Parts: sequence; C-alpha cells; structure tokens
Amino acid sequence: MADTAKANLEVAGSSGKTSRSRELVYRLSRLWAWFFLGVMVLFFVVAVPIYNGGSVNFLTVRNSQNILVAITPVLLLGLGQTFVIITAGIDLSVGWVMSLASVLSALAIRESFNAGAPLFLSVIAGFLAGALGAGAIGFANGTIIAKLKVPAFIVTLGSSFIVRGLSLLWSENTTVIGLPAGIRAYGNESLFYLIRGEGGGFYFFAPPAVTGDMLRRMDRILPYPVVITAVAVAIAIFLLRRTQFGRHTYAIGGNVEAARRAGIPVDWRIIQIYTLSAATAGIGGFISTLQYTAGSAVIGDPLLLASIAGVIIGGVSLAGGAGTVVGTIIGSLIIAVLTTGLVELNVDAFWQFIVVGAVVIIAVLIDQSRDIIVGRVREGS
Amino acid sequence: MKEPILSVRNLTKRFGGLTAVNNVSWDVYPGEVVGLLGDNGAGKSTLIKCISGVYHAEEGEILFRGKTVTFPRPIDARRQGIETIYQDLALANNLDVGANIFLGREVKKRYLGGLIKTLDDAHMLEESRKTLESLHIQFPTFTQPIENLSGGQRQAVAIARAVYWDAKVMIMDEPTNNLGVPEQKKVLELIRRLRDSGVPVILITHILPDVFAVTDRVTVMRRGRTVAEKVTTETNTEELVQYMVGARDDTRPVGQALQREVPLPH
Repeated sequence: MADTAKANLEVAGSSGKTSRSRELVYRLSRLWAWFFLGVMVLFFVVAVPIYNGGSVNFLTVRNSQNILVAITPVLLLGLGQTFVIITAGIDLSVGWVMSLASVLSALAIRESFNAGAPLFLSVIAGFLAGALGAGAIGFANGTIIAKLKVPAFIVTLGSSFIVRGLSLLWSENTTVIGLPAGIRAYGNESLFYLIRGEGGGFYFFAPPAVTGDMLRRMDRILPYPVVITAVAVAIAIFLLRRTQFGRHTYAIGGNVEAARRAGIPVDWRIIQIYTLSAATAGIGGFISTLQYTAGSAVIGDPLLLASIAGVIIGGVSLAGGAGTVVGTIIGSLIIAVLTTGLVELNVDAFWQFIVVGAVVIIAVLIDQSRDIIVGRVREGS
Repeated sequence: MKEPILSVRNLTKRFGGLTAVNNVSWDVYPGEVVGLLGDNGAGKSTLIKCISGVYHAEEGEILFRGKTVTFPRPIDARRQGIETIYQDLALANNLDVGANIFLGREVKKRYLGGLIKTLDDAHMLEESRKTLESLHIQFPTFTQPIENLSGGQRQAVAIARAVYWDAKVMIMDEPTNNLGVPEQKKVLELIRRLRDSGVPVILITHILPDVFAVTDRVTVMRRGRTVAEKVTTETNTEELVQYMVGARDDTRPVGQALQREVPLPH
C-alpha cells in the first residue's frame, strides 16, 4: 500500500513531492490546538499548586468533572454550529434558542407532571419539548436561508430577537419554577461515584447514602448532563464523518455551485443543518432545566459567543469547507480549562474574557498562515 | 458514413435582440474529437449550453442517438450521458478524489435493514482508483483534499468523474486554460485516450495548437453561425484564423465575406 503510493509519487514528479510536504505542514498545523491544550493543562498543573502553596492541585478528579460539566452547554451549542460553519454559514440564534428550550422543557415537565405523568415520562416530555421546539426554530431559519436566499447572519440575528421575545412571553418574564424535585437527580447525579480516603470506595449508578465528611470526599464521575452530551457528540461525529449528510455538508462549504451541479439537494441540506444546530442548542436548554430544576429565559444568552469561539479555536474555517467535531471539542475544552485554571490562580474573572479573545484571534491567525504556507487558493468561496 | 451520435438542426438562441446562435446545424460522430473554434462571443459556449441543458433554444432541435431530446435542466442531459466539464471544473476542492467522483451520487452501506446508512468510502476509493488507472492517470495521493493537486490533476478528476458515470459525449470547455505546458499536454493526451475508448469529445477552444494537437474535425463559429467545417488534417492555422476573423466564410460567396458587419455586444 505504502509502496504503491511512493511509486506513484515518483511518477507524478515534482508536483507530487510538493504535495507531500504540503500535506505534512497541513497535518502539523492541524494539531496545534491539541498542542496548545496540552501546554495549557501542563501550565496549570504546575502553576496552581505553586500558587496555592501545594494545597490545591489542578488535575483532580473533581476538577476534571467540573470542567466537563462546564463545557456541556458550550459544546452542545458548538456541535450544531460546527455543521453550520462548515457550510460557510453562521447561526447567531443558538444562545437564545437554548433559553427558549429551557423554558419550553420546564413548562412541559411541570405541566405533564401536574397532569399525573410519572417523573420519567415528564422528563422525556421535557426533552421532546426542548429539542423539537428548538428544532422548529432552526427549521424556520434554514427554510428562509435556503429558499428565500436571505443571508444566514441576518436571518439568525432576526430570529434570535423573536426567540428571545417568545421565551420571555412564555416564561412570563420570570424563572419557570414548580418543577418536581425529582428531576434534580437527572441533572446532577452521575454514572459513577468515588469516595476517597478512609471508608471510601467506588459506586455505580446510585449515590451512596453518606453525609458529612464522606460526602465532601465524594466525587461524581460522568454526571448525566455529560453523558447526554457525549451521546450527542458521538452522533454528531458519526453524521459528519460517516454519512452522506456529512459529506454533503463539506461539499456545500467547499463549493456550493459544484454541489448543486452534482445534484446534491443543497436547499434541503441547509434546512436540515440549521434544524440540527437549533436542536443541539435545545438539548442544552433541556439539560440546564434539569440542572437548576427551573426554566430560565436568559440561561443561554451569554453562551453564544463562547460557543462560536470554541468552534473557531477548534479549526472550523469561517470560509467553510473545513472543520471537525473533535476540533470543536478541543476548542471548547481550551476555553473551559482556561477559565477554570485562571479561577484557581485567583485571576480576576474579567481577565478570562481578555485571554479567550486573544486565543480566538491567534487561532484564526494560525489558520490563515497555514493557508499561506500550504499555498492553497480557495476557489469559489 | 456513420450515424451522428449528436446533432443539432437549425438551432437558434436569442438573448433579447441578440442572436447568439443563428440557425446552426451541426453533427458529432462516435469516436471523434471535434473542435469548436471561435473568438470570444462567437456563440460556441451558447451552442454548448443549449446542448447541455443550461439554455433552451428558441428554434431548432437536438437529436441524441437518433432521437429528438429536450433537457429542461443540466442534470437531465447528464443522466443521458452528455457530460460537460466546465472551466471551473465543478469540484469540491476540500474533498478527496473519491468523494468528488461520487459527489451527489455517494455509495452507501446499509445497516439494520437500511435504517442506518454510512458512506462506503473504501468502495468509492477503489472505483476511483480503477477509473483513473484505466485513463493512465497517476496521483500521489487519493485521500487528501484535491486542493493539494495541480490544475491538470484536478482536470483529470473531473474527466474521470464523467467517464465513471458513463459519459456518451464529453463536452470540454477550454480545458487547457490556466494550465502549465506539461499539464496541457497531459490533458490533451487524456482527450485522445477518451476518443480511443469510444467517447466522442467536443473541445471548445480558441487555442489553435490544441485544435491541431487532438481534433479530427473542426467547426469554426463566428457571430452565431458556423462558417466552416474542416477535417483537421486538411486545413492549417492561417486558414482557420481567416475563418475566425471573418476573412473567409464558406456560407457566403467569395468576395462578400468582408462586408461590414454590425459588431455584436458580448
């Protein structure tokens, strides 16, 4: 296999060799985000104990789980956004759609539970209300973008205002409360529990009945929000890498005219992609309702830009055609690790914004310089 | 004489007051490379777009394999085997060779009774490799985005795509444009190979050396009309240029060819 490739390379002559060295630069530059994440984690692993005089470590089980829980909403917003940005689009509505989904799922859980549904079914109703309600907004976004040819930026900007209005109306401008207390467990318990030290142990699925000192020594490993997000991530990776839908997503971003001429149903794909984007945000809203036992019409608002930042740091090109879900995970992790680490170092929270902003710009600079080094010229975009 | 595989009869296409193609009758025979030569605005691209379903002629008819055909959309022409390779190639540069050859017609594996379908990339890669091999095209890599390939190699991908999908007639619009000299040679060689495998090629060009390098026959267009039909070996550069600029015209009596004509906007 490798031999054939080599033989062909020689036949192809100089152009083939250039293409291989280009390929190497290309691959290395793709890995910078991993490298950056690694260096950052190392930095905090060393710096945090030094700063705290050895009393606090950065890379603890508890901290790692906190980071995972923290990136859950950002990552869910970023998942659908990854598809959207690969098609050279943008979805500015996801933050507000997440808030709407939080309100809708809270209302669905409360009303269905009060109507006598068992808790588990109420939670399912909440999930469906959040995901489908959000999906309907995305479907409308995609239809207007694809069929009426209005730029995605404008459509999703406009719809985010509409969605915000709807959320405030339906929540009556207050937090949706009165949810059954039992849903707290869905949002906060976890698959595994670890109690460190004396009398401790490892527990599956059900939290051990402990109090006081032992409760303080207990870590929750893989909380349910993280599990739900992991399932969504796995589905997104599968869709983008292994299915015709994913292939078409890349083709639309690479050369939309070629995609059309090849007979790809471009409009329908765009509608599906914006629906997916809103639906993953909707799952984020549903999870936040479980976590806080309440629906909030403002929960997702501040997350939009963080999620886009994560996607861009992860190497999804705003010009379209390039990017991966794994990249988005790395990008979101970089932001979460940065935020958590700076808190541990007692750095003023405002600095987080400044650092994250700088990282976004550096990420795009690296992306561009790669294009210059590799010397590719993107046609038709 | 062989039957033509593709014919146009008295085709006329107007844009407002401008007659871009004026009562053209023209034949393409199996196994030949026919050059469609003309200056910018001569109507050669318009004629081709009428054949490939991009434009619709006001008058006249198109016969493909002996039957009158109409192509409402370009995809309808492609389904019947009339493949057009455009100057911009219509490839997705961020995808690999296999993905491009199967673009929009991806091969899928089915799981759970068709509930879950995944891309069969291994199959598509293998078929692409075979098609390219049959055309004697070699690539350094099949699994990298084709933006890493040269212009000529990408041209080859576009041609391989048409071949794989069983092109009956291949229309190529200025295929050597923007290519270096060695690449131009490779593309011309590919055109010869296509003809040898039985696929007639229509080569739209205004580059005379290309005409003499690969065509069997050449048609010259000027101001929407065909002004000459020549067997390539029986003509020369000078003569073709005279047809292109209007100094000669087989459709008019000698001596009237140089009459003043109103220039067409293009």
